[in-house]
Amino acid sequence: MKISVMEKTIDLIRERIRDGNARVVTAEEMPVIVEELGEEGALREIDVVTTGTFGAMCSSGAFLNFGHADPPIRMERVWLNDVEAYGGIAAVDAYIGATQKSATREAHYGGAHVMEDFVSGKTVELRALSTGTDCYPRRTITTELLLENLNEATMVNPRNGYQRYNAATNSTDRTLSTYMGMLLPNCGNITFSGSGLLNPITNDPEFRLIGGGVPAFLCGAPGMVIGQGTQHSPAGGFGTLMVTADMKKMSQDFLRAATMTGYGVTLYVGLGIPLPVLDLETVRSTAVRDEDITVDIIDYGIPSRDRPSLRKVSYADLKSGCVELNGEEIRTSPLSSYRRAREVAFTLKAWVEEGKLDLVLPTRKIDTTIKAHPMRETAQGPRVLDIMDRRVFSIGQDEEIRSAAQKLLKGETNHLPVIDSSGKLVGIVTTYDISKAVVNPGKANRVKDIMKKRVITTTMEEPVDIAVRKLEKHNISALPVVDRELRVIGMLTAMNLGKLFGGRWLK
Amino acid sequence: MKLIVTFSRKAGKKPIIAQVVRDTGVLINVERAQIDSSEGEALIDIPDEACTVVKEGLSRLGASVRVLEDIISLDESRCIDCGACISICPQEVFSFDENWKLVVNGERCVLCGRCIEICPQRALSQKEEV
Repeated sequence: MKISVMEKTIDLIRERIRDGNARVVTAEEMPVIVEELGEEGALREIDVVTTGTFGAMCSSGAFLNFGHADPPIRMERVWLNDVEAYGGIAAVDAYIGATQKSATREAHYGGAHVMEDFVSGKTVELRALSTGTDCYPRRTITTELLLENLNEATMVNPRNGYQRYNAATNSTDRTLSTYMGMLLPNCGNITFSGSGLLNPITNDPEFRLIGGGVPAFLCGAPGMVIGQGTQHSPAGGFGTLMVTADMKKMSQDFLRAATMTGYGVTLYVGLGIPLPVLDLETVRSTAVRDEDITVDIIDYGIPSRDRPSLRKVSYADLKSGCVELNGEEIRTSPLSSYRRAREVAFTLKAWVEEGKLDLVLPTRKIDTTIKAHPMRETAQGPRVLDIMDRRVFSIGQDEEIRSAAQKLLKGETNHLPVIDSSGKLVGIVTTYDISKAVVNPGKANRVKDIMKKRVITTTMEEPVDIAVRKLEKHNISALPVVDRELRVIGMLTAMNLGKLFGGRWLK
Repeated sequence: MKLIVTFSRKAGKKPIIAQVVRDTGVLINVERAQIDSSEGEALIDIPDEACTVVKEGLSRLGASVRVLEDIISLDESRCIDCGACISICPQEVFSFDENWKLVVNGERCVLCGRCIEICPQRALSQKEEV
């Protein structure tokens, strides 16, 4: 008669690892194992499940200690290869953040690159300034450092290992450059991130095994989960982790600086956590399949915090390379590397088998009930209605070009919205369009013959920053302000933006 | 296969591609073209077996022709197989193999340059012309 095992202790699993008898598998293998052996069979058979992910994790960085110079300096401002590190700690400590941009090389080099350069054995130039004190008289220092020259280089990433991440698309008619990569117009593609069934938290969504003190694989080094990450939102299915490891033990294979074009610098981090299979609940949670993990496809074309979801999809759908959206097949692509996520899980499996990591249960539990909330804003930023020009000069589309010229002169403006007989905005003419029509007199004699029909507009309620983005993106200097019926109720021109300076918005 | 055709327009606006289509009977697909008042460059796609006859035809009309082969170069030491290039490519040059390794099917490329611009690892570049 077979005795059914309903629970295993962590000590039993550690003993099996010590004896070389432990059976360790990756989370990718679990669904099939459970299918074959049943849940109880899998519990008896499998001791540890390893997880892994390899993707862009902006919220990453490292504490560095440089040792004392002679004469000593209390570094107040610190740069590493021209990337500023936070120096407001002690005399020779600094925190280098992954997304900090180089003062000289902007988008092409940043904190993430400094970290990768250190890890790959390159020299990094340290430059620091100080006001000088009696105990720290030195005011400047410039020196070349290798990672081995630092006392400590401890990676501490405030928010890594997102449980899952919403996919991205773009419904507008222009290309967007986002941290989710390039999003083509008219929902031309979908991008997503995360390794689905291999993701650490996805395999332990109740945080029964993942918590403070638990061992982890971080960028090729043995590390540790500190606790919940920032913006941790497990109640909505978006838990995060704060993790740490010694940078000196990391490998470039699992730590990569990256540039998201039009967005900036970020760090690709390899993260994995081994999960001891203690009970049936662990078996069930580690048998999660891509089909079970759903996310929203978010429209990044809407420039506000609460972007709309266009539909729900599973990681299985996303990984298939194609997702149906509004009756069309849209191609998908990941931004994180599933191949490297697998390598993380495999490396971790080998580590556990070799006894390189000591499996423990959390010494500090992670909250499973909280939800991250948005920022409390005590003052509203300027909106279009605060600075727009309320005098509106417009012209009918059937009027003569000559009258448009007269109106422009009278209004002392360069932009004239064109309306139809019902007062709706149908185009715009500028002094440039009229000059062109005068220089090249052709058949055109009515406003509608020369107007631009594709008008970029704004609304009264729109934040000025969003409107300014439109001006920049389209290389234009005015936006008609329209109401819901597309009637022009004002104009926002580059000149109105001057009101922002010296006004109450900058106080 | 794909050919890059460059021609000068100083001698006048000769419809050289149309001329070659008529002379050879080969159906030429123009995938990309940039033509200004003095010169032009077109990327054309033709059946492999028609290469010689089209090349000769175009050369005879004064255009210079070169074959476009695997023009996209992938730096394997930088590539992390993330796949960001896959969905933005209009020609479906990129895909994953069964092990989630990135595969580059360079002969489909029409040199739009999007992938070079967006690769997070800067692992893609245009091969130097030989």
